[in-house]
Amino acid sequence: MSDHFPALIIVVPLLSAFFIAAAGWIRRTLCFPIALFAMTVSLYSAIALLCEVVTEGRVIYHLGGWSPPWGIAYDIDYLNGIVLVVVAAVAFINLFATRSSVALEFPRKLGPFYALYVLFVTGLLGIVVTGDAFNLYVLLEIAALTGYALLGMGEGRAPLASLNYIFMGTIGASFYLLGIGYLYLATGSLNMADIATLLPEIYHSKVVLLAFIICMTGLFIKMALFPLHFWLPDAYAYSPSASISLIAPLTTKVMVYVMIRIALTVFTPRFSFASPTVSASFVWLAAIAIVMASIMALSQKSVKKMLAYIIIAEVGYMVGGLWLGNRNGITGAILHIINDAAMTLCVFLAAGNILFKLKQDSFDHLQGLFRKMPFSMAALVIGALSIIGVPPTCGFFSKWYLLLGGIDAGQYGFVAALIFSSLVNVVLFFRIFEIGFFESAQEHHPTGRAPIEEAPLEMLVPLMVVAALLIVLGFYTGDIVNNLIRFALPAGIA
Amino acid sequence: MDDILSILISKYNYWGYIILMMVGLYAMIIKKNLVKKIIGMSIMQTAIIFFYVSIGVKKNATIPIITHGHNGAADIVRASDYINPLPHVLMLTAIVVAVATLGVALALAIKIYRHYDTLEEDEIHDFLKNQAE
Repeated sequence: MSDHFPALIIVVPLLSAFFIAAAGWIRRTLCFPIALFAMTVSLYSAIALLCEVVTEGRVIYHLGGWSPPWGIAYDIDYLNGIVLVVVAAVAFINLFATRSSVALEFPRKLGPFYALYVLFVTGLLGIVVTGDAFNLYVLLEIAALTGYALLGMGEGRAPLASLNYIFMGTIGASFYLLGIGYLYLATGSLNMADIATLLPEIYHSKVVLLAFIICMTGLFIKMALFPLHFWLPDAYAYSPSASISLIAPLTTKVMVYVMIRIALTVFTPRFSFASPTVSASFVWLAAIAIVMASIMALSQKSVKKMLAYIIIAEVGYMVGGLWLGNRNGITGAILHIINDAAMTLCVFLAAGNILFKLKQDSFDHLQGLFRKMPFSMAALVIGALSIIGVPPTCGFFSKWYLLLGGIDAGQYGFVAALIFSSLVNVVLFFRIFEIGFFESAQEHHPTGRAPIEEAPLEMLVPLMVVAALLIVLGFYTGDIVNNLIRFALPAGIA
Repeated sequence: MDDILSILISKYNYWGYIILMMVGLYAMIIKKNLVKKIIGMSIMQTAIIFFYVSIGVKKNATIPIITHGHNGAADIVRASDYINPLPHVLMLTAIVVAVATLGVALALAIKIYRHYDTLEEDEIHDFLKNQAE
């Protein structure tokens, strides 16, 4: 059985989705346990795979026994081993944390919701685990389509925002498909490792350059890099809080992983970082993305919309980190995939708890919240400190690597953008804390003190676990970098 | 002039797919009606399917079925006699994806129509503006 972890990680949740959909018709109480089973198997397989990669090196699984480059190979090395664990862990924790709010928001749609949830995670895990460029497209669309449906399940403006996301997402995915088409035209192969060995002879070809540019453009749309971010804020702000705490931490991070995979594995660093001008312009693009997204976050008046713009800024961090093209920068980008997934999960779960109690999240309604929901707000504070980059939370360390990378590469514009964004994040979050801590609630209680009205315990415990994880990840940064990320970097990076 | 003409004629499949793709993108960006946008999205996806299918073509080649069976080792199979089936197979998957995308998009369009009673973007924005005031 242990030989088949790369297949199990996909097949179990995929089949579970059908059972959940069926259970939704027969017994709705069965949906959650089946989803939990699928996520547990995925998480266990992901951890087992990472251990196998650490002890025995790269794992290549031939799907259906067909050997690559003809068959589809699932190819796990350090880079996607780490991302697999992140995706599976976020999906697992979020499943517990959102159980009450799912029951509240979709009492009659438990079956469809959990089926989509599990399918979405299947898509993302598949994107990460696959070693085949076309297979990646198919799984990308599985994740995207279920994501549209999860976001569109909300009320009010959610369907409209989700439809706009479909338009942008489809353009992005189509561009990626077109880029893969050109790569196939140039090499005659779809297997990533095979393409990587065939490409160096034709690096001078215009077709290869075009394929690279089209792929990257498609991925930039998918990951919402400014100025291609228009779909993200609305889609994230109006969505149901149970789906957003799954989608927000994972979608953009997995797309950043795909970008790193295409830039470093399919195209080698020799091609990707060949022209300093091109790399530098990507870094500048990222720096502009960070600054603009931070400024736009300042003008928002509700928690979720502000967090959505912070995500766009964080995408800029990771894109910039990769295109710095040096060891510290890329280490920072990969470390930030882990940390940003954890801290985005933390702040969105906290926002979900606030929404669960208050039914709205505009800044005007947050008065006295520290007294009313002390634990949720404490977790929000830890998440905020991590996003700002205060040690010992994990956000500090990835930002530190990115800053070092920026200085090594001489990209002071990027360094300035990172520091600017940290300062803006301080303003953003302390504005919320000021309202929640110092402004007391309007309604006066006879006893003089507002009572504690926390979210239910099963929402609080996962949130506390994630908040603690932010600090634990911070303490173990050295181990993560030295034992895992160091080996994820390809040879030939200074 | 002759150079341009020869490029136009020899690479006509690329021109075809690029024009179709631009038609689709134009519809998605310019049109105000949501269903027209969805149709534009479909046209764009179809353009890419055309591109893939057209790169499998070979001159004077036939469908990739070896007529003399498994054991007819007498005949030598020459790859140049058969068109490349792989792009077609890939596009079967892409067509499924396109249909699924279209389905999700139309379902959301229905949900939007029920909520706003219109599919024109202008009217929806007016509605939202009035609601905010």
